[in-house]
Formats: sequence, C-alpha cells, structure tokens
Amino acid sequence: MRQFLLFFLIVATGITFVSRLFYLQVLNSSTHNLYEDNAIRKVFDYPKRGFVYDRNGELLVANQPSYDVMIIPREVKPLDTLEFCSLLKITKEQFIKTYDKAYHYSPRLPSVFVAHLSKEDYAVLQEKMRKFEGFYIQKRLLRDYQTSIGANVLGFIAEVNPGQIEKNPYYKMGDLIGKQGVELSYEEELRGVKGIKFIQKDRFNRDIGPYKDGKFDTLPKQGKDITITIDAALQEYGEILMQNKHGGIVAIEPSTGEILTLISAPTYNPNLLVGRKRSRNYTQLYNDTINRPLIDRSLQRMHEPGSPFKTLIALAALQEHAIVPEGTVTCTGAYHYGGRRPMGCHCGGGSRDLTRGIAKSCNSYFANAFRKTIGKYNDASHAMDVWSDHIKSFGLGNFLGYDLPIGQPGNIPNGAYYDKWYPDFKWGATTIISNSIGQGEVLVTPIQLANMTAAIANRGFYYTPHIIKDIENQEIDPKYKEIHHTTIDKKYFEPVIQGLNDVYNYGTASFLKVPGIEICGKTGTAENFAKVEGERVQLTDHGIFIAFAPKDDPKIAIAVFVENGYYGARWAGRIASLMIEKYIKGEVTLKQMEKMVLEKSLEEEYAKPYAGKPFTINDGAKVQGLHLKADNDQTN
Amino acid sequence: MIRQTDRNFKFDWITIIIFLLLVGFGWLNILSASHSGETIEYLDFSKSYGKQLLFILLTFVLIVMILSIEAKFYERFASIIYLASMLSLAGLFIFGKNVNGATSWYGIGGMTFQPSEFAKAATALAVAKYLSDLQTDIKTFKGQLQAFAILVVPAILILLQNDAGSTLVYGSFIFVFYREGLPHQYLTLLISTVVMSILSLKFGGVVASIIAITLILTYHFTRKKKPVLIKSLLAILACTILSFGVQFFYENVLKAHQKDRISLWLRLEKDPDKIAEMRRDILYNLYESEKAIRSGGLSGRGFLEGTRTTGKFVPEQHTDYIFSTVGEEWGFMGTVTVVILFVLLLLRVLHLAELQKSQFSRVYGYSVASIIFFHFLINIGMVMGLIPTIGIPLPFFSYGGSSLWGFTILLFIFIKLDSNRINEW
Ligand SMILES: [Zn+2]
Repeated sequence: MRQFLLFFLIVATGITFVSRLFYLQVLNSSTHNLYEDNAIRKVFDYPKRGFVYDRNGELLVANQPSYDVMIIPREVKPLDTLEFCSLLKITKEQFIKTYDKAYHYSPRLPSVFVAHLSKEDYAVLQEKMRKFEGFYIQKRLLRDYQTSIGANVLGFIAEVNPGQIEKNPYYKMGDLIGKQGVELSYEEELRGVKGIKFIQKDRFNRDIGPYKDGKFDTLPKQGKDITITIDAALQEYGEILMQNKHGGIVAIEPSTGEILTLISAPTYNPNLLVGRKRSRNYTQLYNDTINRPLIDRSLQRMHEPGSPFKTLIALAALQEHAIVPEGTVTCTGAYHYGGRRPMGCHCGGGSRDLTRGIAKSCNSYFANAFRKTIGKYNDASHAMDVWSDHIKSFGLGNFLGYDLPIGQPGNIPNGAYYDKWYPDFKWGATTIISNSIGQGEVLVTPIQLANMTAAIANRGFYYTPHIIKDIENQEIDPKYKEIHHTTIDKKYFEPVIQGLNDVYNYGTASFLKVPGIEICGKTGTAENFAKVEGERVQLTDHGIFIAFAPKDDPKIAIAVFVENGYYGARWAGRIASLMIEKYIKGEVTLKQMEKMVLEKSLEEEYAKPYAGKPFTINDGAKVQGLHLKADNDQTN
Repeated sequence: MIRQTDRNFKFDWITIIIFLLLVGFGWLNILSASHSGETIEYLDFSKSYGKQLLFILLTFVLIVMILSIEAKFYERFASIIYLASMLSLAGLFIFGKNVNGATSWYGIGGMTFQPSEFAKAATALAVAKYLSDLQTDIKTFKGQLQAFAILVVPAILILLQNDAGSTLVYGSFIFVFYREGLPHQYLTLLISTVVMSILSLKFGGVVASIIAITLILTYHFTRKKKPVLIKSLLAILACTILSFGVQFFYENVLKAHQKDRISLWLRLEKDPDKIAEMRRDILYNLYESEKAIRSGGLSGRGFLEGTRTTGKFVPEQHTDYIFSTVGEEWGFMGTVTVVILFVLLLLRVLHLAELQKSQFSRVYGYSVASIIFFHFLINIGMVMGLIPTIGIPLPFFSYGGSSLWGFTILLFIFIKLDSNRINEW
C-alpha cells in the first residue's frame, strides 16, 4: 500500500494540471489581438485628410494639425496632478471625471483625455510629457476651412463614437470621422488609411523596439482630394441672398446632374465646428429650434410643390393623349366639379390653351387636364397608377439617390394610396383634384423640384443629381453618368417649355426678366400650416419658384423655396433670376432687384406665431388668432 | 539479460530520452524568454540562452563522469558527500554572495554557483545510506529523529540564507520515509495541520476550532473501541491552539507581501479593487504568467512569437516562470506535453526504484522521484496560480547552471545505480 501513495499523487497532479491548462488555454483562452495586447504599444500616424475643391478648383477645405492628450488608464502611474492639471488648464474635478470616464470605456485602450490643445499648450506640455506615464500626445489633423459657406454641403468631422468603433474596428477612440455632408459621403476616400507601428514594450512600459522588426507596421495612405460640383461663388451669392430668410435653393447643371449650389438657410459658418469649440457650438446650433441651422432645407424639407407641378400635369396629360396643346379651356375664375365647392382661379379668366395655361398658371386648365388624364381609364385606381408612374419618372416620390447622406422621399400618390384612404368610397379624379395644382397629397423636396426642372430643361431625361465631380485617382460612381429617361416623349416638352418661357414673357414672372437670357420658369405657392397643440394653424404661404436657362441650351436648372415667402414670384422668383444671371453672366446687372432681396428680412414673419398675439398672414389677407407656443412644423 | 552484453545499452534509455526532451525543450523556451528580437547568436554568453547552451553542453561531460564512476562509490561515500555539501552550505555565511536578498551563491569569476541545488542530491544519498543501514529502524522514535535530523541540517542552513522555497523541498522526503515505514500518524498530522491552517485563515480561528472539535468528538464517540479521552482532549486543544496560532501568525508575523500571496490564493480579500491592486503590484508575475498562458490557446502563438515573453512581462520568466513561455508560445499542446513528460519521468523513476534489489538504490530512487515531484508540483502549480507563490525552479527546464547540474547529478546517479542493478541481475 505504501508504495502507491507517491504514484497516486503524481498521477493526480498530472490530471489536475492538464484540467487546469485545459480550462485556461482551451475553454478560457484569450484570443490574441495585436491591437488589444498591452505588451505592444501602438503608434498611429494619421494621414492627410483629402482636400475639398469647388468645381472651379477653388480650395474650400484643408487641414490643420491638432494635438490630443491621450490616456491609457491602467498605465497611469501616480503623478503630480496639480502640475498636470495646470498644464492642461483643467480642474482637478475634470481630471478625475475624465479619468473615470476613460477607465470606464476601457482600462487598457487609449481614450482622449484632453482634445485639441492649443499650439502654445502643446509646446509647453511636450517637454514634460515624459513625467506623466500612461499619457501621451497624439497628433491629428483637423479641418481648416478656407471658406465660410456651404456648411450643409461640406459637413464636418468629429470624434467617432463607441457605436461606430464597434461597427468598424478601423476606428479607434479619438479618431475623427465624417459626420455630415461630403465628409460623411466620401469619408473613405477623404480619410486615407492611417499608418500603424507596433512597438514591443517591456513590463516597465519602456519601448524595446519594433515588434517583429516592423513586419506588421503599415505606412499611412494619404486621403484623396476631391472636387465637388458646387460653384463656390454661386453658393456664396445664394447664401447672401437667403440671409434673413428661411428656405433652400438647389441649382443643377441639367446636362450632367451636377449640383451647382445647395443652399439651406439659415446656415452656419463651418469653422464653428472645428476643434475644441466644436462640441459647444454644435450644441448651440442643435438647440436653436427656431432657426434649425442643422436641418438641410434643400434636402430634407418636404412641402407641396404648388404650381410648378402643373408642368408635370400637362406632360402626363399630353403623353396620355388626354389633351392636345391647342385645346382650350375657358376659365371663369373657378373650376366646378361634381356639385362640390368650386376650385378658385386667379388667372384673370378667359380662354386658355396649354401655353397660356402655364404662363398664367390657370387652375381650371390643369384641373381639367388632370381630370381628363384620370378619365382615360375606366378604373380610377389604375389611371392613378399610370399617372403616378409618369410623375415618378421625374425623380419624385422617392429618394433621388444623390451622394449626400440625408434626404426625404417626398410623396407621389398612386391608386393603392387612395384605395387605402377611401376603402368604402368610389373615389375619382374630382376627389383628388387638388393634386392637379400641386397640392393635396403630393410632397416634394427642393432638390427633387430642381431635378424635375432639369428633366424638363433636358426635354425628358435627367442624371441623378450629385455633389462629387472628381476624386483623385479614382472614377466617380458610374451611376451618376447614367441617363434616366422620363416616360414622356420629347415632342410634348416643347409646348410646355414655351409656356414656361411665356411665364417670363408675359406671365406671372414677367417682372423678373433678365436681359439677354431666355429663362423658363414657373411660380408657385404652397399653403403653410403649422401643427400646434393638435390644431392646424395657417401661416403665410411658402413661396416656390423653378426655372432653367437658357431656354434652348440649358446651363442651369434651379428651384427656390422660401418659407413664408408668400407668392412665388415675390422672393423665390427674384432670387432665381438673380442666381441665373450670376451663374450665366458671372455678374449681376439687376442691381435694383438684388438690393430689394438683400434688404428683405422675413424674420418678423417667422416671429409672428411666437409673439403671443393675433397676427395677419399673406399680406393681411387673413387673420390668425391663435397663440402658438411651440415651433413651426418644419420637418414634416 | 540481453542488455548485459552491450555496455552502451545497460542504462535506462527511457529515462534518458525523457531527460533529453525536457532539457532540449527547456532550452528552446529559455531562448524565447531571454531573446528580445535581435538575431540569435547561439554562443553569445552575455545572453541567458547562450549561457544555458554552454551549461547543457557541460552537462554531458558531467553525465559521462557520473556514469563512469563505480556505482558502489555513491553508497560508500554518501556520508562524505553529504558532509561536504553541508560545509558548502555553511560556507555561504562567510563567502556567500547576496543576490536579490538571498545569500545562496558563490561567485567564482563571472559565474555563480548555488550549493543548495547540489545539496538535494547529497541529502538524498545520505538519507538512502542511513535508511539502508541495517541498524536503522524508521518505525522507532530514535530512527525518526535521526532521519529528520539529516533533513533539518540543510533545511535550516538554506532557510537562514533566505531561500524559503528551497527549504520546503526537504519536506518531500516525507514520501521517502513513509515508503520505508514511517508511521502514518506523521502523514495524518501533516495533512491535518495544513487543512487546519487553511480553514483557520479562510473562515477564522473560531469556525476552524468548532469544525475540528466536532470532527474529533464525532470520531471519539462513534468508535467502537473508545479512544482514550485525554488523547481526544489533547487533539482538541492542539487544533484550537493551531487555529488561533495560524491566524496570529498570519496577522502579526508574516510580511505584507507574504500575506498578500496567501490572501490572494485563498481569496480572502473581497474588495475587487484591492484584489486588482494586489494582482498588479504584488503578484505581478503570477498575474502576467497566467495571462501569458491563457493567451497561448490551444496551439500557442508560435516559437519566438509570444509578445508577453518577448516583452519580458513575466519577470524571472526564464527561471521560475519558464512554464508560462511554454504556455504562450506552444499553447495547450506544449504545456500538456511538458506535464506528460514529467509524469512519465516520475513514474518511470518510481517504477525503477521499486525494482531495485538494494535498499540504498530504492531509497535513493524514491528520493529522486519525491524531489522532482515536489518541484514539478510547486513550480507549475504556482505558475498557473493553483498554489501560492513559492520560488523554485522547474527541473531540467528553468534557466541556471546550478539547478540544471544539480538535477542532472540527482537523476544520473540513480540511472547509474539502476544500471548496476541490471548488471547484477
Ligand atoms: Zn384660370
């Protein structure tokens, strides 16, 4: 018996060790990841972020160096906190709070301790950094805006958030990433690829040398410069015209789909969102619920298209042979249908053919055209589907597919839409007649309107609007070179375009003529309702204007939307004419008109509902008595 | 037997092959642990792996010498070898060199020499010689006293040099004595002392005492043949004193770092921050070695690929913590191989010991197995965090000439003795 004790113990020890090793190395093994290995120090080398140029080669966005103090909490050794805090210009409470936050994020991964040191602070700190173990300085590049315009287009970069890091492990805490505009759309092209050096540390946190002789090290890959389609001069001019007004302007080059300007007012100076002041400024902009400068009104603002939509009503009716250009409708100042309240018309009355109908924006003419289009088929629902397809072929009713990260689909109703709305009622053209004048259930965004205008200017096709013109050593997405044909035959465009031209010749925009440029345009107005405390309250109408020029060789198609701007020709039309002149001639001769626009402020109009007393809208035509407390319903 | 005819094959080659595998694999890991990215110069003696290679080459000279000496020599000169070894230990008090707080080395030229590594073999010889003496009876109290005295001399000398780990090794001779007839009460006493100590530290003196009293009284009243009451009462008294004594010892005698080792091992500390701090500061190498082992996974990160090994995150990794390099770079496959090699070696030696005709050879073989087993148990158990930190090397594996030679001498004397058995057959 005695000789078996040791034998037994040896075997038992062997089994115990093997089990423990199995537990440690197989069941509970920590898989190796160089990035998370605290025996390896990672040194990142951030590449130049690509510059952004406008279509004429003007530099809009460059870089500036910035220095972040980084922390790896578990490597922090006791330090002279007082000295450290005074160097960083933070309080001891901030120190403790930031430390705890970093530790909570990860004790072994680096976090930003203090971001964006000033050059002076950096110079002083750099000398003393060695004393503070667990902290180091990371050089990065911040944006340096060469311009104060185009914030909504350019977007901005900011620190990645943990969610983004989880989704894409390329990003590490403190990295900067495009958050909006082209910075987000072209993040991968602009950012390049950061270089990384793996350095073997010893247990005293000293560097021994490159890990594996630098086998896994990578060099940074420079970000690519990009050229955007924006015309900076035109963009700037438009932003100036839109001062003191809310709304959007989108101008597109019809022959390419390139976005010449994309203006949202009110906007902000892109320099506000750079560096240490970014976060505070961003909060301030975000909290400005009256002006909402962070909303891009030209991409996100859905509204009724108003009268410009009549062009599509006419085109669909022509294509469906529901009308002929020469056919006339006699307007009596109102359009009567099915024993209901008639639809009013302010065109002045008389006999209207297609061209005059557009020029005078006669409601009766287009109500008739729409009714006839739907009447072509026995089944209203089917007719509506056909109509809807024609309209959607102009890029309405869905996301356009442009290369900016935000947008709205708008709405173009089809048969099913109304079948759902009227389940127990046989609806027909008269039920939904307000669509014929761009009201009712139709919703568009300014960029959709501009694209629709470009499609008309091209006589039946468009290119997907886009902001990218050129990427260094890289082709842009081929989808922006693809033609999208509308369902309307080319021949039907001419009478409609003539009507649009006559809008300028003798129609609703005759006072907006630009000498030497044949412009085609259409005024529009959209009723403006604000939903407050469950009640719909009417405010002054939105002014809408679309135009393209020159008539026979279109260089620019534009849509202007001015919130509470009243009738379309008033401000939206003036702005469109000025923009067209500026773009085509390079200078503005309509000084009187320019002065009027520049001096006009709509701030008073926007403030009315918040003043807490009864107010008038549409130049005193109506009186509103409600006290509105909350903000205007702008995003619907 | 057949093997008699050829002198070259009279040694137990299984043992020798396992020995060679352990030494060779050990060197590869020392190479990895002591090299930090530069090109490898095998004979660069400023590097640990270069020195170890030299030690290994010299080991073969040593082996040839041991095997060419007549087997009878070891039995005949056992006492003199023991005496010389004890003198070399005692000499440290005068000529010793202090390294890391322990005065365990002689410095000769650039080399250091650690007599305690050789004292194990000498003591094994002395124990074998004493127990195989016809006059000796381990079952008598006098025999036990004299046997223990052989151990106490080197143990105390080494303890006085501040090398607690090596002192404990002499405890492994309890297996030898037990095999040769030591009454089982000693084993019971040892086990109950260890259990009582752990209970008392973990649950406090009161709980430990209550558990002991309950057990003793149950034993006392359930036995058919009533034990003497006074004995049971004495046992209760001893247990109670031990319970509170251990607690007192822990609180007031142990130094902070020793306390923390035990505290962490028995998970006495409940505050997670304090535990993290202890792991980081006091038990840094254990913490790192466990992490290194864990990072190896099933098949390891590959030879010379371990970042914790290259970064020297585990201090003393090429000596006492060499097993963590195996774990990191060779993974579960590597660590299990090492464990199996040791188990095979131990069982082989044990098996051979039982086959010995002479009691001297048997006792010596048993001592070899006990000593190597103790090192194997303590070292690997420690590196994996199963037992508190006790710094002793892994035989044949850890860096160090004295340790390698000490174990080589220990093992090969037995191989020689064993070959003699074969010859005598
Ligand atoms: Zn009319």
